[in-house]
Amino acid sequence: MTLLRLLGSFLRPYRRATSLLVVLLVAQTAGNLYLPNLNGDIINGGVVAGNLHYIIHTGEWMLALTLVIGLFSIAGIYWASRVAMGMGADIRSSVFTAVQGFSTRDMNAIGTASLITRNTNDVQQIQIFVQMALTMMVVAPIMGLGGVAMALHEGARLSTLLLVALPVMGAFLGVVMAKVIPKFRSMQVKIDRLNEVLREQITGVRVIRAFVRTDFEATRFAAANQDLTDTALSVNRTFAMMLPVMMVILNLSSVAVVWFGGRLVSEGAMPIGNLTAFLTYIMQILLSVMMAVMVAILVPRAAASAERLSEVLATSPVITEPATPVEVVTHTGEIRFEDVSFAYPGSERPVLEGLNFTLMAHATSAIIGGTGSGKSTLVNLIPRFFEVTSGRVLVNQVDVRDQSLQRLWGSLGIVPQSAYLFSGTVASNLRFGREDATDEELWRALDVAQASDFVASMPGGLEAPIDQGGTNVSGGQRQRLCIARALVKRADAYLLDDCFSALDANTDARLRLALKSGIGDAAVVIVAQRVSTIMDADQIIVLEAGRVVGVGRHEELVTSCPTYREIVISQLGEEAVR
Amino acid sequence: MSMGMHAMRAAAPVGKSHDARGTTRRLVARLGPERWRLALALLLGAASVGFVVSGPQILGSATNVLFDGVVSKRLPSGVTQAQAIAQLRASGHTQLASMLQGMRLTPGAGVDITRMGQLLGVAALVYLVGSLFNYLQGFTMAGVTQRVVFTMRRDVEAKMARLPLRYFDAHSHGDVLSRVTNDIDNITTTIQQGLSQLLTSALTIAGVLGMMVWISPLLAVVSVVTIPLALVVTMGIAKRSQRHFTRQWRSTGSLNGLVEETHTGHELVQVFGRSDAVIQEFDAHNRALFDASFRAQFLSGVIQPSMQFISNINYVAIAVLGGYRVASGLLSLGAVTAFIQYSRQFTMPITQIASQMNMLQSGVASAERVFEFLDADEEAPDAAATLTLPAPSDEVASVSLRHVHFRYDPEEPLIEDFNLEVPQGATIAIVGPTGAGKTTVVNLLVRFYEIDSGSIELSGVDYRDLTREQVRRMFGMVLQDTWMFSGSIRDNIRYGRPEASDEEVVAAAREARVDSFVRTLPDGYDTVLDEDASNLSAGQKQLLTIARAFLADQSILILDEATSNVDTRTEVLIQEAMASLRRGRTSFVIAHRLSTIRDADTIIVMDAGRVVEQGSHDELMSAQGVYFSLYNSQFSGAAT
Repeated sequence: MTLLRLLGSFLRPYRRATSLLVVLLVAQTAGNLYLPNLNGDIINGGVVAGNLHYIIHTGEWMLALTLVIGLFSIAGIYWASRVAMGMGADIRSSVFTAVQGFSTRDMNAIGTASLITRNTNDVQQIQIFVQMALTMMVVAPIMGLGGVAMALHEGARLSTLLLVALPVMGAFLGVVMAKVIPKFRSMQVKIDRLNEVLREQITGVRVIRAFVRTDFEATRFAAANQDLTDTALSVNRTFAMMLPVMMVILNLSSVAVVWFGGRLVSEGAMPIGNLTAFLTYIMQILLSVMMAVMVAILVPRAAASAERLSEVLATSPVITEPATPVEVVTHTGEIRFEDVSFAYPGSERPVLEGLNFTLMAHATSAIIGGTGSGKSTLVNLIPRFFEVTSGRVLVNQVDVRDQSLQRLWGSLGIVPQSAYLFSGTVASNLRFGREDATDEELWRALDVAQASDFVASMPGGLEAPIDQGGTNVSGGQRQRLCIARALVKRADAYLLDDCFSALDANTDARLRLALKSGIGDAAVVIVAQRVSTIMDADQIIVLEAGRVVGVGRHEELVTSCPTYREIVISQLGEEAVR
Repeated sequence: MSMGMHAMRAAAPVGKSHDARGTTRRLVARLGPERWRLALALLLGAASVGFVVSGPQILGSATNVLFDGVVSKRLPSGVTQAQAIAQLRASGHTQLASMLQGMRLTPGAGVDITRMGQLLGVAALVYLVGSLFNYLQGFTMAGVTQRVVFTMRRDVEAKMARLPLRYFDAHSHGDVLSRVTNDIDNITTTIQQGLSQLLTSALTIAGVLGMMVWISPLLAVVSVVTIPLALVVTMGIAKRSQRHFTRQWRSTGSLNGLVEETHTGHELVQVFGRSDAVIQEFDAHNRALFDASFRAQFLSGVIQPSMQFISNINYVAIAVLGGYRVASGLLSLGAVTAFIQYSRQFTMPITQIASQMNMLQSGVASAERVFEFLDADEEAPDAAATLTLPAPSDEVASVSLRHVHFRYDPEEPLIEDFNLEVPQGATIAIVGPTGAGKTTVVNLLVRFYEIDSGSIELSGVDYRDLTREQVRRMFGMVLQDTWMFSGSIRDNIRYGRPEASDEEVVAAAREARVDSFVRTLPDGYDTVLDEDASNLSAGQKQLLTIARAFLADQSILILDEATSNVDTRTEVLIQEAMASLRRGRTSFVIAHRLSTIRDADTIIVMDAGRVVEQGSHDELMSAQGVYFSLYNSQFSGAAT
């Protein structure tokens, strides 16, 4: 159902092409159906009557028809490919554009990996289906029905044979499909399992060798391998039956045609030429059944894909633009939380509760707390990746929900926890937020981020290539490039979410020092695990279990906030709090 | 910010092969052990084709009987065939007369139903037997294919165990994974479909051609003339469409890359205001993909109607020429009917071979990548274990490194003349900035890499006299990489000592401070970890790896203290667990917080892959070198 709806809406722009295609296919199939009739004429009127002239005349006629059929089919293929591939491209584009408007929660609901497969594999499934369906679904019924009509025309009594051959074929195909499809599914599961074991052997190579468990892994793999092989063998052996049985049904049908038809001919109830034509028609009918089956096999897969695609297209983003955005007039970078609570939908306990504080303009604020204390969630509320459940978040003194998203995002410089770089060059990554930044500006940002040394030593410098995800630079280098990227984009406030973790203490210290002078008068919010990273912040907010348990400077908190004190002792030792 | 990183992307196997001939030969060699079954399949295939191909001929004979009967009935009874023909000639029907000459007539009699029935019975039998053989051939081939692929997968897996760690460090995991999964899958499809069908197609062509020549050499020549035509057309189109197919796969690859990248960095794209730019870029890729796939699809689609056209020309030619020959009495009507059926069967296998060749090409490209993997240099085989180490639980666990030299890259000096004596029970700390090469020392200690010169001794026994297994069995490891396999928590803790009892597992978990957490899980120790153990936090995983090391109970420990993504509470737990794990064992600690290693017996300071300082905390502090400044930078804030 979903498949039909999806096809219906995406085929609309191709209405004319599709109608033209149907006309072409009908003409082509009619021609193909008429051809055996001419052959029958050659035998009846030419061979039996011994009329050579008639034979040649009909032959010319057949040749002309053949040429027309050929041209029609080529035109048909042209339009079928155009429609199928064009529609695929349209779906891809719609899905991609829809995802661009997704909020973080929408992304998480479906999952990044799943979104990727949907926009690639699933669209491909639909494309294959449409391409097949456009040609075969039109041709098969016409050929089948036309074949039946022509067969009836050639010999009505003989056509009763079809009442036997067609159900037998249908039943056989049904049985094989019912047997093979579940096996196919279980084979896919086993392939996934085998690949999982292999993937684990690659990612866990150090642990496996350190614990001398190569033999164990080999056994695990052998079991998965054997399991897959057994299932694949059974599937393929069942499939090996398919074609021979179909051929037997086809061939026995022709034997039956000659037998029963022969009797009719000898009784004088049917001319002999009709028998030959009838043979061809019956083949065509059965072939059209096979064709229909081939399309039918694709339907379940295409339907599953259509459902997955429709889900994406039907998702309306949780976070939307305000109807009338409020203009922001001050650009101090101040961020205020007023009575903010946040809970994931459906969960009983809020992640954040009753937050009231101001991350000051032109200053460095830090947020510290254990895992699960809600630090990252808190930061996610600022760019509206998540929406507050109650209370409000103000950036530059305006509620984030009243600002246009583009403006809000434009005023924030974000360095996410997972340092992610895009494929391209160092420069293309740094210019991600501001395309017109000059090389000097890039180097300045790199200087602050403590990254200019290694960028300078990379072959090509700023033009050095970066792989997708930034996998060709080390974790620490990646974090520093992400910081530089945020710096290049001029923002009112910078949010640094635990992005110093891969840096050694020395670099960390130098970076923080440079940040102070290099960032101008923008506000900085640092989320960190390490006390040493945030000790010298103008203001530290200590989170525990979603609540603020301390706000102040390091020296104040060490004495006033037990949670903070505990963190400091665990990381720096007793003497650090003395 | 919640951004799931998709660490491994298995790329689709694309690309052309470099040494197609050699790779094909090796692929064929892999079929060697199956040669008898292959021969059987070939025999069955030939038999099947033989039977199926003779079907139309027998059917044709039945048609002849019918035709003869129909004509005979029209002739006056009581005369012979020769008399009837003479009569016709006399009455001016010369053409009809010469046609009748080629027939077997009994004037006046009707159709010989018995004879027709016999012939049809034989035809039915022939079809049945032919299909049975065809099924048996498919059945045999399925076994052949699955066994060949099974051994190939087995070899690849076995190869992984023999590859040095260097290989895995030098190749992206995605690439290795793609070779051992996608490429093997592709080869499977090729062998499974390609080989079997190629066999059938080739046999069918041979069989059909044979029958056609037998029925009528002249008509056969007419049909054969269309073969080169068919081949030229198919190959010509295939070659053109292949170009677009390559373009299509390339476009698909780059489009997938873009989609994956933008989805993974979704929030960045939004916050950095790149949505519109990204959509534009996507549309450009999408258009390129449409263009390539449309052309590829259209061109390859043209093959079918073109072949149909050629086949139809052939059909007309046979109908006309055959009709003429029947009319001239040189050929029977049944022969023409049979011939028409054969000529229909003739073009299909040719089209099939063309598409199978395409499939074969991509299979060979994949095979080349797999063979490349199988050919990679392996670890030097272990020296025969001449010496046996005392059981690991015994009190022997001193390590000495003497004049050790090691380089990853022969051009780049790394570890030069490194000496270290580690008495049993001592703690060695390795410190240094990110990327300083701390893991290199670990790599050498557990023989993930072999040293270039010098020696490492374990309780006085040189590494070279031990097998890698013997060495590794002495070490317990807690690595930064908290790898778990997909299985229960219990089995994961037991990983280093599979024979451990459930009680021992719980005891180890308790010592690693993870027992109480495991018990909060719905299935406790039987909780199944999924791939990447994404149902656990980083800290919990770390604690489980500590429990794993506890249970393995080796006398020398390697601890990587990286706990960057762990909250402070868990971190305290981890520190405690590691400390108690260290008790009574010789340990190497890769330290990130200097506070925890102050009382180590020896601190090794590394920078840029090299050991720059070595000594106790006090010695290094008074030396005022690298360690001194590292230490100060970490504690500078606390000092004020």
